[in-house]
Amino acid sequence: MTTVNIDRSIDARGMPCPGPLMSLIGAIREGEVGTVIEVLSSDEGSKTDIPAWITKAGHEMVETVEDEGFTHFIIRKAR
Amino acid sequence: MPAKVVVLGGGVGGTLAANLLAKELGSDAKVSVVDPTGMHHYQPGYLYVALGQANGRWLVRDERTLLRREVDLIIEQAVRVHPEAGTVQLERGGSLEWDYLVIATGARLVHDQIPGLVEGSHEFYSLEGAQRLREALRRFEGGRLLVGVAGVPYKCPPAPVEFVFMVDEYLRKRGIRDKSEVMLLSPLNRAFTIESASKVIQPIMEQRGIGLTTFFNVEEVDPSAGTVSSLEGEKAEYDLLVLVPPHKGQQVVTESALADGPGWLPTDRHTLEVEGQERIFAIGDATNLPISKSGSTAHFEAPVVASRIASLVRGTAPRENYGGRVMCFLETGNRKATVLRFDYEHPPAPPQPNNVWHAAKWMFNRLYWETVPQGRLPENLPMPIPTGRSES
Repeated sequence: MTTVNIDRSIDARGMPCPGPLMSLIGAIREGEVGTVIEVLSSDEGSKTDIPAWITKAGHEMVETVEDEGFTHFIIRKAR
Repeated sequence: MPAKVVVLGGGVGGTLAANLLAKELGSDAKVSVVDPTGMHHYQPGYLYVALGQANGRWLVRDERTLLRREVDLIIEQAVRVHPEAGTVQLERGGSLEWDYLVIATGARLVHDQIPGLVEGSHEFYSLEGAQRLREALRRFEGGRLLVGVAGVPYKCPPAPVEFVFMVDEYLRKRGIRDKSEVMLLSPLNRAFTIESASKVIQPIMEQRGIGLTTFFNVEEVDPSAGTVSSLEGEKAEYDLLVLVPPHKGQQVVTESALADGPGWLPTDRHTLEVEGQERIFAIGDATNLPISKSGSTAHFEAPVVASRIASLVRGTAPRENYGGRVMCFLETGNRKATVLRFDYEHPPAPPQPNNVWHAAKWMFNRLYWETVPQGRLPENLPMPIPTGRSES
């Protein structure tokens, strides 16, 4: 697991696509530059949607970690 | 003593729940609806007003005419719920007691969350907004028409897609389509929230020459420069900008400390109880459920809440659960529409748009006032079991 300090964690497990991504976008809107956000998602679509949005929006994917039936996405707001 | 049931909000969900409860419980309950305006809007009709296909009169009725005689209508703004005392405080100083509370207060539009939105864009999420947009479209002589979403979640997810299809048809009829660019700014990496529906929609957009910009979450509008910029760092120029305004839950819900940050009520997805509150239920846009905020959702939730409360009043175990059922029409212009039918377990498998679904939508528009608020629309018509595979 990551050693990065997580400022905000969003448990979007059980939420269908595009809920986890939309929750992340909401958190990025609210957070300061440098904020580290963790999203937990059990939706398969998140594995493509979240990294695609991070790239487009210019933020940093710190880490993705597979867990039992869900994924941890750890993102730093870069701008 | 009859049980006291208070319903906050006289929209689709509140009106139907109140009518069903009064019918089911008779003299065993006193049902009251609290609504700040006492006027009921058929909100799906705003789209047609904006495009000059309908006037505003048929979209608004006095809520009193939609409620059963034995239901009280209290035209007041509810300002705070006190769950432990079992009361709701009203703006003019009164207070109502309840044994069971139904919160069906819907969503509110928060235009000021996006700088420049009020001055620089149009919307069709209110009757006044739709009427202003109709005038702006009449004056439009060609140019760049952008349609986007200024915050999620928002009511009626298909609406921006329907608008681009219908405005494409509108501009063709006016003979100015070749002088116009129509573009959908989607907050996602596809045209619509649900992938299976996007697969039907996007090829039609391409055929019609409707542009699609993905991952465009509106951050700011600059009316003097005529530009809209996104959270993702892009900027687009416009001549006419139509944006779905950001939505939040109602203040009464936030003030009562029942909701999360944006004001959505944490709600059990099956029982529709507000979490941690055994005697408070939520319906429709007011909930935090990960399904469409739409009249259809409220329409299918209201009978579940009414049935559960009726059981509790009678001292029996509630049995009905909400399975996430939603049914939405999606107009694609040129007198065609498709339909999205889904629930928690089954994503929609929308058919190719045709004129039968368009006719069904118009029939529904006309039948709404006499059927939906009263619970007269047969539950299983026209809603076959969805057959879509599970997709993201």
